[in-house]
Amino acid sequence: MTETLTAPEPTKSRRGIPAPIAMLAELTHRCPLSCPYCSNPLEMVRRDSELSTETWADVFRQAADLGVLQLHLSGGEPAARRDLVDLVRAARDAGLYTNLITSAIGLTQKRLAELDEAGLDHVQLSLQGTDAEMADRIGGYQGGFKRKMQAAQWIVEAGFPLTLNAVVHRQNLHQLPEAIEMAVQMKARRMEVAIVQFHGWAMLNRGAMMPTREQAQEAGRIVAEARERLKGTMVIDYVPADYHDDYPKRCMGGWGTTGLNITPDGLVLPCHAAQTIPSLTFDNVADRPLAEIWYEGAAFQAYRGTDWMQEPCRSCERRTVDFGGCRCQAMALAGDPAATDPVCIKSPLHHKVVEMAEAFSEDEETPLTYRVNA
Amino acid sequence: MPDSALPAEAVPVIPRGVRLHHDHVRDGWVLLAPERTIRLDPIGLAILRQIDGTASLGQIVATLAEAYDAAPEQITGDVDAFLQGLMERRILEVRP
Repeated sequence: MTETLTAPEPTKSRRGIPAPIAMLAELTHRCPLSCPYCSNPLEMVRRDSELSTETWADVFRQAADLGVLQLHLSGGEPAARRDLVDLVRAARDAGLYTNLITSAIGLTQKRLAELDEAGLDHVQLSLQGTDAEMADRIGGYQGGFKRKMQAAQWIVEAGFPLTLNAVVHRQNLHQLPEAIEMAVQMKARRMEVAIVQFHGWAMLNRGAMMPTREQAQEAGRIVAEARERLKGTMVIDYVPADYHDDYPKRCMGGWGTTGLNITPDGLVLPCHAAQTIPSLTFDNVADRPLAEIWYEGAAFQAYRGTDWMQEPCRSCERRTVDFGGCRCQAMALAGDPAATDPVCIKSPLHHKVVEMAEAFSEDEETPLTYRVNA
Repeated sequence: MPDSALPAEAVPVIPRGVRLHHDHVRDGWVLLAPERTIRLDPIGLAILRQIDGTASLGQIVATLAEAYDAAPEQITGDVDAFLQGLMERRILEVRP
């Protein structure tokens, strides 16, 4: 997800900490699909631990008071929540811009009409492949593609602005031009092309999904050409393959500066993968006001700003450009969440990432490991 | 800069999924759109407030020129650049 502001961050903040703009609400970890790159944690929250409708509504109000403008309703599959329409209504009542991130499995025409009436602003539809064979194999759900295409038509007919979100990797990158064409045909205003980011379940699938360097470069060229050709018709946001990059991404726009994430059972995370950092502890919305968690919570304070940095980040001219990259990736690849993201060319481990990316991208044997529901 | 100016009779429309919103925490106006939050300066806000789905670009320019006591030619350039910038990002539409 991307956030852009055309003006500098305004002044009203506590002790120099800006208020968050975006909140990702993982309403549930349940999902009919089992995508091998799912960003949910390996240990998922069970249904009986999920927050109630009333608690979510309260969290939405607290978020709006704190300064959140954009709410992303996600999962798992958010349509698996029976109270989705009530949750959308509560979010709109709180004054939030409400975005549904969905596979569309479980969305009927009737339900879409109810979501429309409740004030849903925008739908973001995931795409696993451009045909049933690919999409159903990657999603691990027979018949899913057909249902998704039907739902896409209903979404557009209902008048919702649509973003098509294509997650691409070694197995389906050859379908990227067709995916862009599909988005145009669907009349999507916006498309996200994201090369798989290796967190969550995707970490188990690096051998099966890592793109080759040539594929990653080709994807960049295809997106650049399509952006130019489709100017004024469709906007394309692009998440490149970071194992093949020279510099890491500015994760979450900077730790604890832009966005926050709520798990199905109410934990407040600085990013969706933060639970992979064992030294962090997370507050729950049931125990503490959201504003206090954002401004004072230990997990948010841990990697805010630049004080936590080590060399080579500490003296690097890019330290406030990318903030040392992704903390979860530093944990996963360097074993130290305060290390320089090893994707960075200045990291002593960079050459290992390059070798690893190459080895994974040549792996022709490892099968897909699908996500498994709790 | 866009290649050509919008015609005066074009009617700008804020499409569904795009909303003007007062950000009470940061004390300013923003345009909320899919995955985008655009902070508005007073000029952008003044332009957007004239868009009601019926007023043409020419009418909007005339209204703003009078309100700000400025030459319509100068206002036209500002409005055109602002609107076309939003159109490129699919945040605004025009009816011919």
